[in-house]
Amino acid sequence: MNVAVTPVAERADWVEIGAAADIPYRGARIVQTPQGDVAIFRTMDDKFYAIDNHCPHRQGPLAQGIVMGDAVTCPLHSWVIDLKTGEAQGADHGCVKTYGLRVIEERLFLSFAQPTLVD
Amino acid sequence: MAPLDMTPAKPLGRTLKLVVIGNGMAAGRVLEELLERAPDQYDMTIFGAEPRVNYNRIMLSPVLSGEKTYGDILIHDEGWYARHDITLHRGHEVVEIDREGKRVVTAAGHAEPYDKLLIATGSVPFVIPVPGSTLPGVLSYRDLDDVNAMLAAAEKGGHAVVIGGGLLGLEAAAGLASRGMTVTVVHLMPTLMERQLDPAAGYLLEQAIVTRGIEVVTKANTQAILGEDRVRGVRLDNGREIAADIVVMAVGIRPNMTLAKAAGLDCGRGVKVDDAMLTSDPDILAVGECVEHRGICYGLVAPLYDMAKVAATGLGGAAGRAYEGSVTATKLKVTGIDLYSAGDFAEGKDREEIVLRDAARGIYKRLVLKDNRIVGVVLYGETADGPWFFRLLQDGTDVSDMRETLIFGQSYAGGAPLDPTAAVAALSHEAEICGCNGVCKGKIVGAIAEKGLTTLDEVRAHTKASSSCGSCTGLVEQLLALSLGEDYQKAAVTPMCGCTDLGHSDVRRLIVAQSLKSIPAVMQELGWKTSCGCYKCRPALNYYLLSSWPGEYEDDSKSRFINERAHANIQKDGTYSVVPRMWGGVTSPKELRAIADVAEKFAIPTVKVTGGQRIDLLGVKKEDLPAVWADLNAAGMVSGHAYGKSLRTVKTCVGTEWCRFGTQDSTGLGVKLERFTWGAWTPHKVKMGVSGCPRNCAESTVKDFGIICVDSGYEIHIAGAAGLHVKATDFLCKVETENDVLEHCGALMQLYREQGHYLERIFKWVARVGLDTVKRQIVEDEASRRELNGRFAYAQSFAQIDPWAERVAGLDSQEFQPLARVGFAEVTA
Repeated sequence: MNVAVTPVAERADWVEIGAAADIPYRGARIVQTPQGDVAIFRTMDDKFYAIDNHCPHRQGPLAQGIVMGDAVTCPLHSWVIDLKTGEAQGADHGCVKTYGLRVIEERLFLSFAQPTLVD
Repeated sequence: MAPLDMTPAKPLGRTLKLVVIGNGMAAGRVLEELLERAPDQYDMTIFGAEPRVNYNRIMLSPVLSGEKTYGDILIHDEGWYARHDITLHRGHEVVEIDREGKRVVTAAGHAEPYDKLLIATGSVPFVIPVPGSTLPGVLSYRDLDDVNAMLAAAEKGGHAVVIGGGLLGLEAAAGLASRGMTVTVVHLMPTLMERQLDPAAGYLLEQAIVTRGIEVVTKANTQAILGEDRVRGVRLDNGREIAADIVVMAVGIRPNMTLAKAAGLDCGRGVKVDDAMLTSDPDILAVGECVEHRGICYGLVAPLYDMAKVAATGLGGAAGRAYEGSVTATKLKVTGIDLYSAGDFAEGKDREEIVLRDAARGIYKRLVLKDNRIVGVVLYGETADGPWFFRLLQDGTDVSDMRETLIFGQSYAGGAPLDPTAAVAALSHEAEICGCNGVCKGKIVGAIAEKGLTTLDEVRAHTKASSSCGSCTGLVEQLLALSLGEDYQKAAVTPMCGCTDLGHSDVRRLIVAQSLKSIPAVMQELGWKTSCGCYKCRPALNYYLLSSWPGEYEDDSKSRFINERAHANIQKDGTYSVVPRMWGGVTSPKELRAIADVAEKFAIPTVKVTGGQRIDLLGVKKEDLPAVWADLNAAGMVSGHAYGKSLRTVKTCVGTEWCRFGTQDSTGLGVKLERFTWGAWTPHKVKMGVSGCPRNCAESTVKDFGIICVDSGYEIHIAGAAGLHVKATDFLCKVETENDVLEHCGALMQLYREQGHYLERIFKWVARVGLDTVKRQIVEDEASRRELNGRFAYAQSFAQIDPWAERVAGLDSQEFQPLARVGFAEVTA
């Protein structure tokens, strides 16, 4: 269940985006990029995820949804998106892009090139 | 510092020299393993910073609480080192690793050459950098010196503040309390031990800690440690000051990698090692809490032992064994609290969970499964099966065959299935079941037994329970089922959501009957089947708690839909609409000017008049919301709650002030109603109307609460609708004065707040409980009306705070700001 890790802080494809403490538990913040917003989530048990801030259904801003376990409910039409895989749950079909996110000494690093790494 | 020990003669054959930095449990275990595998290979020398031999650090808590002594927790006494011809330099700090010269240098200037070096420097306590953190009386909790300092302080009695509600902090708190100190634990997170426990188990743990007389303050951020020449207290960032004779900081540990880093070894969060425990220098190994392996640093003892085995194998010359990381299990060493957690218990699409809650016995068990294998375990209250679950987890055993009964543990032999009536069974005899008629559980159960009642109607007839609004019907039926067993067939109840078998009414009644005052408390005591609920039950529970415990329950904004969290209405493109309140639909040139200015200043694309006589500003960017509100606040306007399950609008016509048909001051009454009811949270939205005559220009007869003014007074109409369903109101009664209208309005609002299911409009609630029931409590029974109105007014004293002004002042500011901007040409810091 452990994943090998590269020294993220020194690598150019990882961008520091802020402090872990800036994300509320069971909440999210957005990072603005030229390609659109990325939503950074923090779960109740202190896991962090980065996914596109657009629901595959009608582009609802996922960062505004209710976080439950490792999933978020879209605020527009209640699609439930798995934060680990970006996939819609239940009867709905669709997938959101996920990004690499690492927490190093309470700082958050985001990678657009890396897939999600899970501890 | 003592002079260096004389080096004893070494047995022949020990040709290579092994130097160990650190004399803790990891180092000790490596040496034991090495002596077993290759006793004659190395000449061994240890440098330990503490002036002691190797003792069992994880047993410090029993020493603190007085259940064990230092002697009991020794691992290697002096004789052990002598027997194995190991040179131990106690109290000698190594200050440099000279990799080129292959030697280490101590603070006293002594140099010791090595062929192989083992770094086992452990960890250092993390001290939060607040003012006063270095004052005398501020202790950490890491070694025997810390324990001795705590014991010395405890002898004088007084008050201790423990910062940190994790494993170590709670053990320190329990130890100090058992030594006679009063103790407060301040913890940054919402629940205790959040890294090892889920919120449900954290809630139970907090209850158990509090029962020991220890105060627990969660969500508490320490701002400063107070005192001049020694500590005298702690100040939190909410301004609260807690007096303290000692402060124990137990917020975490950091790998101690100072030496390794200075020597140029590859370091991350800890000293980096590969699967053979080798650092970036092949002659230097590292084990224990100082290392980072595959990105993970460990702070528990089991991984150290795994690492020690691998390191010793490598040192002994054998190859092939690799350390692949550890799954750790945690047990709190506080006597009387049974708690066990292991593995990974986050939820996920590919994961399933099995939850068992026994409210009566305070038990919570949760297994997280992936591909029919256990990946996480949390046990509270009954932990005997912990090691068994842990073994299944480590072995990756397929549990498909035993899934049905797995949660009951290893010794389970066909007991009863989970009982849906458990929550009701756990209620005390005094617990009130029927709120309308004040009937408690004991009376119902007694009547069933004494009078031989077998049906709901009989219970209603004999006890009056469930005979008014019927909200408690589900509970009464469960009591029948409990008393009569399988003989009783109760009507099916629609559960709130997949997380529970209980319906909305049952949950509402039980929250009050059991005095449940937080979401984790409800989920535990009512046997929720999931660990933290879903988007259906969480907003409902938040509302039920908020309406049941005004002034006490702290709103959980993360259990609200975005509109109520952002205090604006989200639109299809992710922008928001803003509707300022216009009392009774009345505005002024000043307000209109401010709205116009705001619309231009923030380039708000659409300004529209709503059906409820308000002005809607559509297309506001989320980050602009606080600034927009600030400008509207400055002109005297507050939130219109157009986004809330709450009082929306009171629509009025102009009435006697201008209208030639008007019979009463309908506008004035509308303003009064709105001033009275704004800010109230309700099961669903509430719309009101006041019409000055039966021509009904304010469309009062399709509102939730509507007034038709007539010459002789006011007709009160309720339960209309004009949305998906269109329904004219029911006539409630006619009253003579404006004050009568306000009292009936307050009573209706409160009855709806207390009985309505979440997301059930007033017309649906009235249809469910019956218009006659509502009339009886609001119209016929004057005392009941007064009480309801009084409870409403009391709740309003906490609710009527403008949420916009709070956020303009800085509340939840991170809700409205992006975390960062990246990849743009003008990169902002």
